[in-house]
Amino acid sequence: MSGLLPPEFADLEPFASTWCLATEPERWERRMASSMPELVSFYDAAFPRLDAAIEHCDRHPLDGLPADVERLLRLVHSLVLVSMAVEIFGQVKTVDSADAVVHRVKEPLP
Amino acid sequence: MPPWPKPPEGSWTEHYPELGTGPISFDDCVSLEFYELEREAIFKRAWLNVGRVEDLPRTGSYFTKEIAIAGASVILVRGGDGEIRAFHNVCRHRGNKLVWAENPREESAGVCRQFTCKYHGWRYDLEGRLTFVQQEGEFFDLDTEVRGLVPVHCDTWSGFIFVNLEREPRQGLREFLGPMIGGLEGYPFDQMTERYDFVADNNSNWKLFADAFQEYYHVPALHPQQVPIAVRNPEGGFTCAYFACDGPHRVVSTAGARRWTLPPESMYPIERVTRSGLVGPWETPDVGELPAGVNPGGVEPWGISNFQIFPNLEILTYAGWYILYRYWPTSPGTHHFETTLGFHPARTVRERVEHEVASVVFKEFALQDAGMLGGTQAALETGAVDEFPIGDQEVLVRHFHKVVADWVAAYRREALEVVS
Repeated sequence: MSGLLPPEFADLEPFASTWCLATEPERWERRMASSMPELVSFYDAAFPRLDAAIEHCDRHPLDGLPADVERLLRLVHSLVLVSMAVEIFGQVKTVDSADAVVHRVKEPLP
Repeated sequence: MPPWPKPPEGSWTEHYPELGTGPISFDDCVSLEFYELEREAIFKRAWLNVGRVEDLPRTGSYFTKEIAIAGASVILVRGGDGEIRAFHNVCRHRGNKLVWAENPREESAGVCRQFTCKYHGWRYDLEGRLTFVQQEGEFFDLDTEVRGLVPVHCDTWSGFIFVNLEREPRQGLREFLGPMIGGLEGYPFDQMTERYDFVADNNSNWKLFADAFQEYYHVPALHPQQVPIAVRNPEGGFTCAYFACDGPHRVVSTAGARRWTLPPESMYPIERVTRSGLVGPWETPDVGELPAGVNPGGVEPWGISNFQIFPNLEILTYAGWYILYRYWPTSPGTHHFETTLGFHPARTVRERVEHEVASVVFKEFALQDAGMLGGTQAALETGAVDEFPIGDQEVLVRHFHKVVADWVAAYRREALEVVS
């Protein structure tokens, strides 16, 4: 069975079906629905691969990423969002954000 | 960090003697009566930014803007002659809302050749002329020439589209913006077309939210996580390099160190790998020389200037990207918040990730402001305290509330003159 990600990133396949999400609203919702151990496990596996993942994507033009490479970029975007919880706040939700919400309604894709 | 010099008067606040130094009231953020006055005195009189020219890329591009406090819905459209025009979003026949998509109370956008009313099919061209009336012969003395869409005053500056809801605006847009804001002209907003737009409905008065973005005094307390715990100094304050007021508008500039010269422990791992973070991408494409007015205090090393354009627009200019906020009042204790982050379009995945990091970090810290300000609103509404000391680092808060009060006072004076 072929994976969702480029073969060089087969080690991240366990996270691909959860975190290859196209838009920030989807990624935000997934972060809020996750437990801290789930976020940490994704972060611990993916963060050491971040620089290599960006390098790999950049072998292609931004507007012409093959499907598996575009999924890798989506995984990178998710890692960025998850790093806020893991590195900065030590909890899933932004500290002291109370009941506030801020919706991203326009963004470049991918 | 050097101690930034204050003006010869000894403080930024005393440099503007009309501001005074005494405690101020925030009753203007809880009073329903004052809110009703702001509606007339400010939002039906001031130039209001509703979008960017890039939002209307070609003939027939349009969007609608709901301005709740002014009770207005406005259509912005680019005509066949390339001009951007604004009209009240009201059909001249029976007053139906002319342009809407799924829900008449929601804003919409698109491209069209003409506007057709959903009710009886009357049509208007992109310049607002009434061009078709179903069964025109059934009407009495109908002069289609004078039944075009009602225009709203509209002008653009640096690619920002402004409207003015007054029948005859007291000032043109450029005169209203004045020399300090005018000094931003030439900043390459038109090159920073990769946009991340955010909206939020917040439980605070529009001015309270603006206040949080026109001082940095709150940053160490509310946003301690902006620096990693290893280098966090709980006693450390923050001093801005420069403040200025010009008419109803304000600016604050802060210094900024070149990020890659900082020791690694002063940044989070995600920032080090992506070379982006709280203050945006560490390096951005060359966009040419910036206008001198972007750093009016000549701060060196310059980091950011944060311009507050009266009444409800704020533009934060960095060397290679910008942030824009708009605060739209919806009641004394609520407002609708709009944000845009604009970057030079990413040429590579690495640049796209840089922009993603900046946009994600922005949202985290905006959520802290948004979460806390609901508490500020609730506490002010108790009325338990009625005067508040304002420090020199908060001089722009003092100026903002004074300008709002001045505009309301001017409106009341004129209203009395009309009555007497």
